[in-house]
Amino acid sequence: MSLVGSGLVGGWRRGHAVVERLDVAVEPGRVLGIAGPSGCGKSTLVRMLALLHTPWRGTVAVDGTAVPRMRYRAPAALRRRVGVVFQQPRAAADPRLTLTEILTEPLRAAGERDRAVLDARAAELSDRVGLTAELRTRRPHEVSDGQLQRACLARALAAEPDYLLCDEMTAMLDASTTAALVSVIGAEVDRGLGVLTVSHDEPLLAAWADEVLRPW
Amino acid sequence: MTAALEVEGLDVRFGLRGRRGGPPRFVRAASEVDLTLHHGRLLALVGESGCGKSVLTEALTGLLPGNAETRGRAALRPEGLDLLTAPEPVLRDEVRGRRVGLVGQSAGTFLTPTRTIGTQLREAVRLLDGPEPAEVLAERAGLPAAALDMYPHELSGGTAQRAGLAAALAGDPAIVLADEPTAGLDRPLVDRTTDLLVDLARDGKAVLLITHDLRAVRRIAAEGPVDLAVMYASRIVESGPAAEVFARPWHPYTRGLLGALPDEGFVPVPGHPPELSDLPSGCPFRPRCGSTACTDDPALVHHGDRAVACHPAVPA
Repeated sequence: MSLVGSGLVGGWRRGHAVVERLDVAVEPGRVLGIAGPSGCGKSTLVRMLALLHTPWRGTVAVDGTAVPRMRYRAPAALRRRVGVVFQQPRAAADPRLTLTEILTEPLRAAGERDRAVLDARAAELSDRVGLTAELRTRRPHEVSDGQLQRACLARALAAEPDYLLCDEMTAMLDASTTAALVSVIGAEVDRGLGVLTVSHDEPLLAAWADEVLRPW
Repeated sequence: MTAALEVEGLDVRFGLRGRRGGPPRFVRAASEVDLTLHHGRLLALVGESGCGKSVLTEALTGLLPGNAETRGRAALRPEGLDLLTAPEPVLRDEVRGRRVGLVGQSAGTFLTPTRTIGTQLREAVRLLDGPEPAEVLAERAGLPAAALDMYPHELSGGTAQRAGLAAALAGDPAIVLADEPTAGLDRPLVDRTTDLLVDLARDGKAVLLITHDLRAVRRIAAEGPVDLAVMYASRIVESGPAAEVFARPWHPYTRGLLGALPDEGFVPVPGHPPELSDLPSGCPFRPRCGSTACTDDPALVHHGDRAVACHPAVPA
């Protein structure tokens, strides 16, 4: 049982592969770190594992099931197993929605319509990531980067994924917020969540990851 | 040390739409902020996101939004022009770019996408009557000469950041304000950018570096002419020579921030920063400070070249 990328090759322009024959396995209950400088292809790798970008060669398999199609054509049940937190919360959150709407979006996308259920889940998720009820009524421009990233983490956890991919999740955050989000994720890892964290921040990886790969 | 800019008792607040018939509500983004920028020194202002750091650069360049109200003084030395009350034509024609340069977060977004870096830099030099040509500015900012012929989208984040720094230096300002110039850059680029700012200070400029990246500040504090100010909930809670503050932090919040670094324990400061629209009474750090129950608001008290706003933290 794991999220496995094998022999992954891919990129954005023909002839310019940024990920070249990479093998990664995200195991339940463990934190795998991937280090590398800016622009080396870390984010492309995350997008492939998140089933958002089609590899040119190689396969992504969720718990042994190879995923043949990517993005919205990938089976929804498999996509729900993998959560993603991106580097820039402001680019990853719809500015028109309140934080409650943002963090319950995966539940609504999965067909949940019951207001009471959504409200209860929003409260529970916010509590886990450390957002107050008052903050949840605000929109992205009314909160700080750190508060918005907490909402993005809550959104990634909303569908109770088995795997969480963090693409430079803390690059925009101060030391205390970074440590707080890492400890929130740590509690989920104790419950069996498998985490891949991609970063150029070596001290962060040294303190957080069980194992660090340096493919570049 | 010669002061370049003296900020005293700066308050910035924004009016919020209150409930009908209710009392007016405000967000307090800066409260009684005192800080001095000296020629030849870099002042690093650190704090959690949302504590009010960025509002300072806006206040000091007359770029606050219309619903902001300010109090206090920000005197540009030597003559003492108050940046908070100076009329817009004075700020535009005499201050911005010429006496106070601004490097913004993701400087790349300030560049015109359809013109090369070189033409934009040369335009800045011409309009600001800058003493140095674009090529020299590029070199001082660590921008490769080849970048002058490129368009903004062809530059990496770090190179775009250096283009922004070169543009900020075009009018040869004595004061450089850098607001999160390293956000989103990787570690080697963070180090190069902060080194450039320290070099500017060594050349005699007064530099303000606003950042959430405590580790970057700790690195340059080791040997550079660097001061540190820690901001919490819109006020300065501790300040002093950076190397001394890192070695012996007095304020519990400063200690907490240091302890949150991955190589210093990786423990977050417990609790959350208060909302700037709803600051608690008494010490704003009280809800997160395990040891005391200070019900009156501690003022920033100076002890030699250091200062701290915490009753129990007064040093021996």
